[in-house]
Amino acid sequence: MSSNAQKSGFGATVWDYITSVDHKKIAILYLMSGGLFFLIGGIEAMMIRIQLMKAGNDFLSAGTYNEVMTMHGTTMIFLAAMPLLLGFMNAIMPLQIGARDVAFPFLNSLGFWLFFFGGIFLNLSWFLGGAPDAGWTNYASLALASESHGIDFYALGLTISGFGTLISGINFLVTIINMRAPGMTYMRMPLFTWTTFVASALILLAFPPLTIAIFFMVFDRLFGSHFFDVAAGGNTIIWEHLFWIFGHPEVYILILPAFGIFSEIFAIFSRKRLFGYTALVFATILIGFYGFMVWAHHMFTVGLGPTANAIFALATMIIAVPTGVKIFNWLLTIWGGSVSFATPMLYAVGFIPSFVAGGVTGVMQAMAPLDYQLHDSYFIVAHFHYVIVGGVVLAIFAATHLYWPKMFGTMLSEKLGKVTFWLFFIGFHLTFFIQHFLGLMGMPRRVYTFGADQGWDLFNAISSAGAVFMALGVIIMLVNVVLTTVKNERVGNDPWGDGRTLEWAIPSPPPFYNFAQTPLVRGLDTYWIEKMEGNKEGMIYAEPLGDIHMPNNSFLPVVMSFGLFVASFGALYHPDDLPWTIPVIVLGLLITFGSMLLRSLKDDLGFHIHKEDLIKDREGVKTDGH
Amino acid sequence: MINGLKKWRLFTLMAALIFFLAGCGREEISTLIPAGGVAQDQFNLLLLSSAVMLFVIIVVTIVYVLAITKFRRSKLGDEMIPEQVEGSAKLEFLWTAIPIVLIIIIAIPTVYQTFDLADTRTMDVEAEDGSMTNLTVNVVAKLYWWEFEYPEQGIVTAQELVVPTDQRVYFNVVSADVKHSFWIPSIGGKIDANPENTNTFYLTFDQESSELEDGVFYGKCAELCGPSHALMDFKVKTMNAEDFEQWVTAMQEEPTSPSDELAQTGEQLFTEKTCIGCHATSGVGTTGGVGPNLATFGDRNRVAGILEHNEENLKAWIQDPQQFKPGNQMPDPSSYNNGEPLTEQELDALAAYLMSLSVEQ
Amino acid sequence: MDINKKYTPQSWPDHPETATMEGKNKFVGFWLLLAAESVTFASLFATYLALKDKGPSGMEFTAAELFELPLVFAMTMILLTSSLTSVYAMYHMKNHNFKSMQAWLMITVLLGASFLGLEIYEFYHYVHEGFGYTNSAFSSAFYTLVGTHGAHVLFGLGWFIALMVRNAKRGLNTYNAPKFFLVSLYWHFIDVVWVFIFTVVYLMGVIG
Repeated sequence: MSSNAQKSGFGATVWDYITSVDHKKIAILYLMSGGLFFLIGGIEAMMIRIQLMKAGNDFLSAGTYNEVMTMHGTTMIFLAAMPLLLGFMNAIMPLQIGARDVAFPFLNSLGFWLFFFGGIFLNLSWFLGGAPDAGWTNYASLALASESHGIDFYALGLTISGFGTLISGINFLVTIINMRAPGMTYMRMPLFTWTTFVASALILLAFPPLTIAIFFMVFDRLFGSHFFDVAAGGNTIIWEHLFWIFGHPEVYILILPAFGIFSEIFAIFSRKRLFGYTALVFATILIGFYGFMVWAHHMFTVGLGPTANAIFALATMIIAVPTGVKIFNWLLTIWGGSVSFATPMLYAVGFIPSFVAGGVTGVMQAMAPLDYQLHDSYFIVAHFHYVIVGGVVLAIFAATHLYWPKMFGTMLSEKLGKVTFWLFFIGFHLTFFIQHFLGLMGMPRRVYTFGADQGWDLFNAISSAGAVFMALGVIIMLVNVVLTTVKNERVGNDPWGDGRTLEWAIPSPPPFYNFAQTPLVRGLDTYWIEKMEGNKEGMIYAEPLGDIHMPNNSFLPVVMSFGLFVASFGALYHPDDLPWTIPVIVLGLLITFGSMLLRSLKDDLGFHIHKEDLIKDREGVKTDGH
Repeated sequence: MINGLKKWRLFTLMAALIFFLAGCGREEISTLIPAGGVAQDQFNLLLLSSAVMLFVIIVVTIVYVLAITKFRRSKLGDEMIPEQVEGSAKLEFLWTAIPIVLIIIIAIPTVYQTFDLADTRTMDVEAEDGSMTNLTVNVVAKLYWWEFEYPEQGIVTAQELVVPTDQRVYFNVVSADVKHSFWIPSIGGKIDANPENTNTFYLTFDQESSELEDGVFYGKCAELCGPSHALMDFKVKTMNAEDFEQWVTAMQEEPTSPSDELAQTGEQLFTEKTCIGCHATSGVGTTGGVGPNLATFGDRNRVAGILEHNEENLKAWIQDPQQFKPGNQMPDPSSYNNGEPLTEQELDALAAYLMSLSVEQ
Repeated sequence: MDINKKYTPQSWPDHPETATMEGKNKFVGFWLLLAAESVTFASLFATYLALKDKGPSGMEFTAAELFELPLVFAMTMILLTSSLTSVYAMYHMKNHNFKSMQAWLMITVLLGASFLGLEIYEFYHYVHEGFGYTNSAFSSAFYTLVGTHGAHVLFGLGWFIALMVRNAKRGLNTYNAPKFFLVSLYWHFIDVVWVFIFTVVYLMGVIG
C-alpha cells in the first residue's frame, strides 16, 4: 500500500481504495470506518458515564441521554463491532484457505459501501433534528410514539447497512465453500475460518427478520401502515419477536469470530496445536444452531406464559455446554505449551476470566423466574458488557495486534500494547463488575438519572471511574497506531515466529494476488507442518507458476450504495408533506437500479497477471498490476 | 429433611452476609433484601445459581492459574517445542457431562418456579359471602405515572399502591400508551405493561412498610418509555389486613370539604382552573381520570413520585411540570390560566387544598 | 474463460451454469440468497397470520369476505405455467439451442407480465372497494406480503428482459449461461412462494 502511495500520490491512493475489490484493501476500509464508529460510540459511552457518575446529574438532559444511549448501543453493535470483525474476516480468511480473493470481489466492495453509507446516514441524525431515542432494540410502541426523525434514521440507516452485512455473509459462505485450496478440507480449516463460516450462516438467516421488522417500522412511521399500531389492530410484540429472532443470533455473529480469533492466538502463542480441534468446531456449529432457538429469553417478562418461558429457559441453558467445552479446550491448549505473553496472548488470557464471568451471569438470566428480577436492570447491562466487551472487544484489540503486521507490514509497539491492555482490562472490570450489584439493588437500565435516595451513588461513581481507564487505554492504542505507522519498520512473513496457518507463509502485507501459486494443504496448521519438516518456503504448491486471473476495480458499488442513501432521504421526509420527497426516492432508486443494470449489461471479465510479472515480483521488483 | 432445611438456612444466612458486606442497597428497593414471597423465591434461585456458578468459576480458575504459571516460555526456554496434542475424548466427555449435571441442578427449580409464579388459579375464587378471597388490583401504566384500580372495592388511586400484607395480591397490568414494566424490586420480579394485552401475575407482601426507614417500598418502571422513564416511580404501602380494610372504607367515602380557609380557596381554584377535569379527588373516582387520582394526595410519600413531599415542591411542580418530568402530559399553567403562570397566592391555596386530601387520618 | 469462444452443441458443457469458477460461485451464492429470501418471506407470513382479520373496532373487511378465488386461481395457473416454460428454456440452454431458449423465455415473460397485470387489477379492485393499504393492520400485512411477492415478480421480469436483450446478438457462452440459469432459479422460487401465498392467504382466508 505505501509503495503505491509514494508512486501515485494521495488522490490516486484514495481512488484506488474507493474502487478497490481487493479483500485486503476492503478489510482496511472496514477497519478504518469501524474504528471511527468505535470512537464515536466510545465518546457516547463516556457521556453516559459522566451523566451517571452522581445522583441527579444534569450533564445531559433526559431526551439527549436517551439519544446518546440509543446511539451508543446501535453504533457499537452495527457500526463498530460487526464491521471490525468483518474487516478481520476479509483480511485473513481468504489467506487462511489459500484463496486469491473472495468469491464475489465486486459484492465485497458493495457490502462495505452499503454498510458505510448506512452508518453515515444513521449518524447524520445528530445534525438533522435528533438521533433515535428508543434504545438499540427500538421497541415498537415507543418508537412509533417518538416524534423526531431519529427513529427513521435508525430504520433506514440499518436497512442499508443490513443489506451490506447480508451480502458479506453470502460472500464469505461461498468463498469458504468453493475457494479453498487443494487439500484444505473442512476439518483442516483454521478455527477463525470456521467461525467466520458459522457467523456468516447466522448473518444469512438472522438479518432478513430484522430487515422485515425495520420495513414494517418504516411503513408504519412513513407510509401509514398499521403493523404496530394497536388501535388499528396492530401488535407491538411482533416487533419484539422479529427483533430478537435477529438479535440473539447477532450476539453469536459477534462472539463466534471472537472465539475464532482467540483460538488462533492460543495456538500460536502456546506454540501448540489447538486441543480438541474437532470439539471446538462442533461446539461452534452447535452454538450457531442453538442461537436461533432461544430468542424469547429476551422476552421472559412480556407475558408469553409459563410453558414458553420454561422451554426457552431450558434451551438457553443448554448453550452453556458447548461454550464450556470451548473454554476448557482453550485452557488445555495452553496446558503443556510454551506460553509467550505477547500482547495478543495477553488479551486472550484476559478474555477467559472475563468471558466466564459473562457466561455464568448469562446462565443465571436463563432461569426465567430469576430473570424477572434481573431483566432490564443494570445486571443485564453488566452481563452483556461482560460478553461483548470482555469477549468481542478484547478479541478485536487482540486481532488488531495479531494481524496488524499481516495487514500493514509493521508491528504495533508491544510496550504500548501492554499498557493499553492493562488500562483497558482493569477499567473494564471496574466499570462493569459493580453494575451487577447496581442491578440487584434495584436500578433499572436506560435511566438518565437516579435519585440520591436510592442508595446507588457510590457504585455508579466507581463505574464511571472505571470508564476513564478504558478511555485512556483506547487513546494509548491510537497513539500506538500513529507511532507505528510513522516508524514503519517492515517485518517478514511470520513476525510472531510461531504462525501455524497459511496467512503466515506469505509476505506481510501479501501481494494483491495473495498466492503466486495456489498452495497444497497437507493437514491442519499447514504452515506449521511445513516449518517442522524444514520446508524453507513454508508451502508446497498445487500448481505450476502461471497467469493469474484478477477482477477489475469498480466505482459502481459506491454509486449503488449512494443511490440508496439518496432515496432514504426522500423516504425520511415523506411524511412531512414536502413536494420533493417522492422525486428524491425515485431518483435514488434509479441511481441504484441503473447502476445494477449497468453492472449486469457491461461485461466485466477482469484481467490477467502474467507469469513473467509474477517472477519479477518474486525477485523483489514491485509490479502493480494496473 | 429438617436437617437439610437447616443447612439451607445456614447457607442462605452465610450468603446473605456476604452480600451485605458487598453492599446490599436500600431495603425499600433492593432485590437482595426480599420483603415478599416472590422476591424470596427469586433470591433463593439467585443464591443457588450463584453457588453453582461459583463452583464453575473455581474450577476454571484453578486450571487457568496453573496453566498460565506452569507453562511460561520464560521458564521453559525459547527453543522448546511442545508436544502437539490432538485432544482427549475422555476429557471432552468430562467437561460435557459435568456442565449438563450442573444445568439439571438449576433447571429443575427453574421450571418449577416458572409455573408456580404463573399460577393464578386462586385469582377469581369467591368466598362464601360472594366476595373474592384474594385482592385484585388493575394496574394501568401511563406516561410517567401509575394508576391502581381496585375493581371489587370500587376505588382508584394513583402513584401509591396500598396493599395488605400476608396474602396473595393479583395484578392485571396493562399500558395506556407505550410499553412500560411494573417492578417492585424488594417484593418480586417484574412484568411488562403491554399496550395490546393485559398481563396477570401475583405478589405477596410480607413486611409492613411502616417499619421501613422511608415508610414505603419503591416501585419502578423497568422498560424504556420516553424521556422521563427514569422518573416513572411509584411507592408501595403495605399494612396489615385490618388497616387495609379501614383504608378501603375511608377511600369509599365521599371526601369532605377542608375546614381550613386557604384550603377551601384552593378547592375552588381546583375547579375554576379546570384541574378537576383531569384529576379526581375522591377515592371512587367520580370525576377526572385522565391524570392521577388525588384522593390520597396528603398521605403520599412523594410529589409526582420523585420529589420530597412538601408544599414547596408541590407548587414548583404545578407551576412547571416539564422541568421535573420532561415529556409528561400535565399541562403548563399558561394553557389553562389564560396564558399566565399561577400567582403565588393561587399556588399556596392549591397546595394547601391538595395536602388536605387524605384518607388516612 | 474466453468470452469470444464459440460453442457448438457438441463442445457445449453438460452443466454450462457451473462450467466456470464464477458460475460455481454464483450457483452456490444464489442458493444461499434464496435461503435468506425464504426467511424473509417466513417473517412476512408469520406477521400476516398474526395480523389476519385484525383491525380497528368496526372494521368491515375480513379475509373470508374479501378474497375472490376464481381470479386468484387463474393467476396461480398462469404463474405455474410460466415456471414450466422457464424449465423448457433451460432445457434448450443446456442443449445450446439459443433461439428456442429465447422463445421460451419470451413466453415466460409474457405469462409473468399477465400475472402481474392481474395482480395489479386485483389490488385496484380491493382498493376501489375501500380496502386500502392504511385501512387496518390486516390490510397492511396483506398488501406487504403479496406486494413484496409482486415486487419480486417485477424484478424477475426486468432481469429476464435485460438478459434476453443484452445477449440477443451474441448467443450463449459460459459467461452468460449462469446468468440465465440463476434467473430461472429465481423464477421457480417466486413460484413456490406464490403457492404458499395462494394456500395461506387465499385458500385458508376464504375457508376461514
